[in-house]
Amino acid sequence: MTDPVVIVGGGQAGVQLCLSLRKSKFDGPIVMYSAEADAPYHRPPLSKSFLLDKIGEDKLPMRPESFYPAKSVALHLNQAVTSIDLDARQVLSGNDRQPYSWLLMATGAAPRQLPVDGAELSGVHCLRSLDDSRAIKARLNEVDSLVVIGAGFIGLEVAAAARSLGKNVTVFDTADRVMARAVAPAISQWYQDMHLQSGVSLRLGEAISSIGGNNGQVTHVNCADGEVLDAQMVVVGIGVIPDAGLAEAAGLHCDNGVVVDEFCRTSDPFVFAAGDCANHPNPFAAVDRLRLESIQNATDQARVAAANIAALASGGAAESSSLTSYKAVPWFWSDQGEHSLQMAGLSFDADEYVMRGESTANSFSMYHYRSGKLLAVDSVNMPRDHMLARKLIEAGVSPGAEQAGDSAFDLKALLPSKA
Amino acid sequence: MPKITYVDADGTEHPVDAKTGVSLMETAIANNIDGIEAECGGSCMCATCHCFIEGDWSAKLPAMESEEDEMLGFAAEERRDSSRLSCQIKVTDDMEGMVVHLPAEQN
Repeated sequence: MTDPVVIVGGGQAGVQLCLSLRKSKFDGPIVMYSAEADAPYHRPPLSKSFLLDKIGEDKLPMRPESFYPAKSVALHLNQAVTSIDLDARQVLSGNDRQPYSWLLMATGAAPRQLPVDGAELSGVHCLRSLDDSRAIKARLNEVDSLVVIGAGFIGLEVAAAARSLGKNVTVFDTADRVMARAVAPAISQWYQDMHLQSGVSLRLGEAISSIGGNNGQVTHVNCADGEVLDAQMVVVGIGVIPDAGLAEAAGLHCDNGVVVDEFCRTSDPFVFAAGDCANHPNPFAAVDRLRLESIQNATDQARVAAANIAALASGGAAESSSLTSYKAVPWFWSDQGEHSLQMAGLSFDADEYVMRGESTANSFSMYHYRSGKLLAVDSVNMPRDHMLARKLIEAGVSPGAEQAGDSAFDLKALLPSKA
Repeated sequence: MPKITYVDADGTEHPVDAKTGVSLMETAIANNIDGIEAECGGSCMCATCHCFIEGDWSAKLPAMESEEDEMLGFAAEERRDSSRLSCQIKVTDDMEGMVVHLPAEQN
């Protein structure tokens, strides 16, 4: 009997690996370890619809409990992997030793902690897990005012949700515009206007110096300029750090995450990595390698890892040339309030932005170019532009600036016709 | 609890007891039907819960919002007149006996 494929981490990538392995007719055993008590669940609602009670916990599991036995996946919840023995090809969880044939590191990332005094007070939250979201939801019911640190996707989603519940919300970011690392300036401006209009207070280009409290509970934040702001709750959304400690301790090559090649393979040929923790080469990036934190990346990398594990397991891929490489167009989304922001491609050092549609009409897109090449498209309430952008970028088609800027021009006509 | 039958592209039938008020996508996932992927979890972001609902049944469905309409244009398997995104359709009692065909590819 062959040893199982073992998955470390119970998130999006891990579940997709199970799905894709079974779809490719891989019939060997699969074992999944998760340090969390909850079976794999959808994270996107945690910062929006779940906080607002628009969906309940029953809607969160990615798959029903019956999925795991139905797919012959042994799911070990509440069971953290403590170390990996690459030479013996075993993972250790406490005293249990689990041999593997292939291993997937799908450990994700952990929220970056705010390095200020008072960050340990009760009422200071980060948002990554279902438990985090449960705690935020419970606390939100009891407070009037909250401060959000970080005007990224998570921070702004939480801010919009809290504001819609009537809370006083103040968002701080040291950058001079919201989502500065992710979207075009015009998109930042539109979202700033939208949040201001809904009553969120934005403190851009500003930092807090510390968080103050009483009896262990948050009561206020101290701004860098000396102002004191009442807040019974602080939500910190200042990015994540890849969870690569286990991989590093095992001796896998790590550098800002677990380093993988284009086949999602780590420095050990029997170990793959996918999702937030994987530092990978990406044909759509202007840099040699990067990490992406998205559903798309976790899912598509898991598909690649599954294809390669299945090929190797069947003995059909002795050569790298027969392995599948990761080349999916990156895409992201963020729902803030009633508005849908969708992003396709990676915008590095754009030197030209072209707007399609009118920002005053609340549905428009920004096309990012570098030296005439289309890099990325950010769309506000324009799902068609977004889906089309994914196809254009995938095909390497760059509409001329005049074409992109002309809403009457049919960009779909530029796509190569389906064979 | 209307009975709904999902049919894979290869003709395999999956009859299920559906709960009213739950989407056709969630019903498929709850019954471990692999022909629906629903990568985005029902946010109308990915078009990987594409299905075909033929003939008279389509009259029992809610009208299509523009978002769904636009996403369908980018589904992995070419759109037909009967195409819908299953995350956008909630099960109702009058769907008793409905047949939902699934495409060979969602991604």
